[in-house]
Amino acid sequence: MADEQQQESTPAQAALWRRPAFRAVVFQALLVLALCMVGYYLFTNTLHNLEERGISTGFGFLSLEAGFGILQSLIEYSETHTYGRTFFVGLLNTILVSGLGIILATLIGFVMGVARLSRNWLIARIATVYIETFRNIPLLLQIMFWYFAVLQPLPRPKQSLSVGESFFLNNRGFYLPSPVLEEGFWLVMVAIAVAIVTVVVLARWAHRRQEATGQQFHTVYVSLGILIGLPLLAFLAMGMPLSWDYPALKGFNFKGGMVIIPELAALLMALSIYTGAFIAEAVRSGILAVSHGQTEAAYSLGLRPGVTLRLVIIPQALRVIIPQLTSQYLNLTKNSSLATAIGYPDLVAVFAGTTLNQTGQAVEVIAMTMAVYLTISLAISLFMNWYNKRKQLVER
Amino acid sequence: MKKIYAIASAVALATAFSTTAQAGATLDSVKKKGFVQCGVSTGLAGFSSADDKGNWAGLDVDICRAVAAAVFGSADKVKYSPLTAKERFTALQSGEVDMLSRNTTWTLTRDTSLGLNFAGVNYYDGQGFLVAKDLGVKSALELDGASFCIQAGTTTELNLADYFRANKMSYTPITFDKSDETVKAFEAGRCDALTSDQSQLYALRIQLKDPGSAMVLPEVISKEPLGPVVAQGDDEWFNIVRWSLHAMLNAEELGVNSGNVAKMMESKDPNIRRLLGLEGIKGKGLGLQDGWAASIIKDVGNYSEAFERNVGMSSPLKIARGQNALWNKGGLQYAPPIR
Repeated sequence: MADEQQQESTPAQAALWRRPAFRAVVFQALLVLALCMVGYYLFTNTLHNLEERGISTGFGFLSLEAGFGILQSLIEYSETHTYGRTFFVGLLNTILVSGLGIILATLIGFVMGVARLSRNWLIARIATVYIETFRNIPLLLQIMFWYFAVLQPLPRPKQSLSVGESFFLNNRGFYLPSPVLEEGFWLVMVAIAVAIVTVVVLARWAHRRQEATGQQFHTVYVSLGILIGLPLLAFLAMGMPLSWDYPALKGFNFKGGMVIIPELAALLMALSIYTGAFIAEAVRSGILAVSHGQTEAAYSLGLRPGVTLRLVIIPQALRVIIPQLTSQYLNLTKNSSLATAIGYPDLVAVFAGTTLNQTGQAVEVIAMTMAVYLTISLAISLFMNWYNKRKQLVER
Repeated sequence: MKKIYAIASAVALATAFSTTAQAGATLDSVKKKGFVQCGVSTGLAGFSSADDKGNWAGLDVDICRAVAAAVFGSADKVKYSPLTAKERFTALQSGEVDMLSRNTTWTLTRDTSLGLNFAGVNYYDGQGFLVAKDLGVKSALELDGASFCIQAGTTTELNLADYFRANKMSYTPITFDKSDETVKAFEAGRCDALTSDQSQLYALRIQLKDPGSAMVLPEVISKEPLGPVVAQGDDEWFNIVRWSLHAMLNAEELGVNSGNVAKMMESKDPNIRRLLGLEGIKGKGLGLQDGWAASIIKDVGNYSEAFERNVGMSSPLKIARGQNALWNKGGLQYAPPIR
C-alpha cells in the first residue's frame, strides 16, 4: 500500500533532469569540466608549440649561473649566483620599494587629506594644489621627472654636497655612514625589546585605568622616556659598543657606508607622492562621511578639536577609508614595476627583463612574475580585509 | 612596453593553434601580405635609425631591404618594428616579425635555446668602453670600482661581468632599457663609462651634446658577430635571408654595384652572370624570381656601398672597414660562391 502511494506521488515530482537543484549541479559541473579542459589544452598546446619552435622549456634554467651584475641587492649576490637568485634579488627590491612607498604614501595622504579640510585657508589651498597636481600627471612622467630632472643634475661625486665628512649627496646617490655593531651590542637590542614590551603593557594599563576611573596618564611622555632611556642606559653600560663606517671617495666612487641610489629615491618619491594624493582624497571623503553632528556633540562635551579628530572623527572615518586604502596599496605595489624605466632593479627589470632575455624562457619567467604580483596583492588584500573587519562598527 | 611584448608573446605562444612551422610558410605569408616585417633597433645611428619623416636607414636596415628586393623585386616593401634588446627575441619567436636585423650577437645559447637561427654576420664587432676625456683614463684596466651604463638584455651585460671577474676588479652596473637612456645617464654623469659594442659607441658618441668630450678606449673585450636572425624551423626563409646577405658580399667581390649593374648584364664573366641570374641555378633553389640578386644590387647596392653609406667614411660615424673588409682584402667577410 505504502509502495503504491509513493509511486503515485512520483509523477507529481518532476523528472530528475527537470529538477532545478539537480540541473544547477550538472551545469556547474559541466562548466568546471569545460574550464579544466580549456586550461589543459592551453597548457599542452603551449608546451607543444614551444617544442615545435625549438625553444627550451622547464624551470631548469633557474639553477644556471646568471653571469650578470645587479645594481642593488638586499641579499648577497654576484655574477656567479644563479638565475633563481636573481628572482629573489628582484623580488626583495620590489618589496623594499613597495613597502617604503606604502608607509610614505600613507603618511603623506593622511596629512594632506586632513590639511585639505583645514580651516586655515593657506594650508587647505596648498593641500588642494598638491592633490590636483600630482593626481593628474601620469606616474611614468613623474618618475622620469624625479630621476632625470631632479636627481641627475646633482653634482658629480668629486663635487659632492656634504655635511661634515659623513654625509654626501651627488648624482650617484645619498651616502651616509653605516653603523657597525660591536661586541656587547646585544644588550642594547635586548633593552629595545624590553622597552617596547613595557610601553605596550603600560599603554594597556593606562587605557584600562582611564576607562575604570577616568584618570588620565601621561602615556606619551613616559613611553618616550622608556623607549629612549632604557636602550641608552644599556648602550652606556656596555661602553658604547657601536662604531660608524664612513663613506669616502676612493677612485671613481664613494666606498663604505650606506648608499640610497637615485633610482630608488626617484621611484620612491614618485610612487609615494602620486599615491599619497589619492589617499588624501580617500581620507577627505572618509572624514566628510562622518556627520557634522558628531563634531558638534564632541565639542559640546568639551573636547578640543585635536582630540575630537583623533578619538571621534578618525575612528569612524577609517571605516570609509580602509577599503579605498586597500586598492591604493595594491596600485602602488603594481605601479612599482615602472621601475624599469629608470633602471631600478626591481622584479620586472631584473627577472622579467634581463633574466628573461638571457634565457629566452618567456612563458616560465612571466608566469613566475605574475604569480608574485598576484601573491603580494592577495596578501595585502587579506591583511587589509582583516584590519577592516576589526575597525568595522561593533554594536554594543 | 617590453612587459606587454613579453606577456603578449607568452599568450600568443599559449593560444596559437598548433601549426607546424612548415618550410615555405614564412615566404608564403610574406608574399601574401606584400611586405617583409623586419625587427630593427629603436634607433642606432648607422645601423637602424629613422629620420624625421619616418624613413629607416642603416646597415641593418639594408639587410631588410635586400630581403624585400629579393622577394618582391623592390626594396621598399618593408615594414619596420623598432624593438628594444629585451623585446627582440620574443617578437621573433611569436611571429610578430619575419626577421630580425638588429645588431644582434650570435652566441651558442641564443642559437640553440631560443628557437632562432642566425643567418650570417653582417658586421664583426667587439665590446668596448666610452669614457669622458676628463676622467683621465687611458685603459679599461684602470676602471676598477667604476660604474657602467649598459643596455639591458644584451651580451654586453655578461661580457662586462666576465671581464671584471677575470681581472679581479669591481664595478657597478646600471642597466637601462634603451640605448638613448644609457647615453642620457652617461652624459649626466650617473656612470663613469658606457659600455657596448664598439660600433654602437661611435654611433652613441655622436649623439652626445659635445662628442669631443668623450673617447672610446682601445680595449675590445669580446667577439660580437652581429647578424640577421630568423625563427627556427623554416629553412627556405632562412636560406633567403642568408643568401641576400651573401649576394651583397659576392657583388662587392665581383665589382658589381648599383651604378654598373645594368651594364654588367652584358658581362661575359660567368661568375657575374650567375650572380645576376642569367646562368646556373638562378632563383630556383630559393623559390624566388631569377633576378633576385640583381634587384638587391640595383635597389640596395653591394656590401661596400651599404657599409660606406651608413657607417663608413662617407657617414658621420667614419668607421674603417677593418675586420669587415672582404677576405681577400685582409678582413673577415667571406661569402660562399653563387653557383
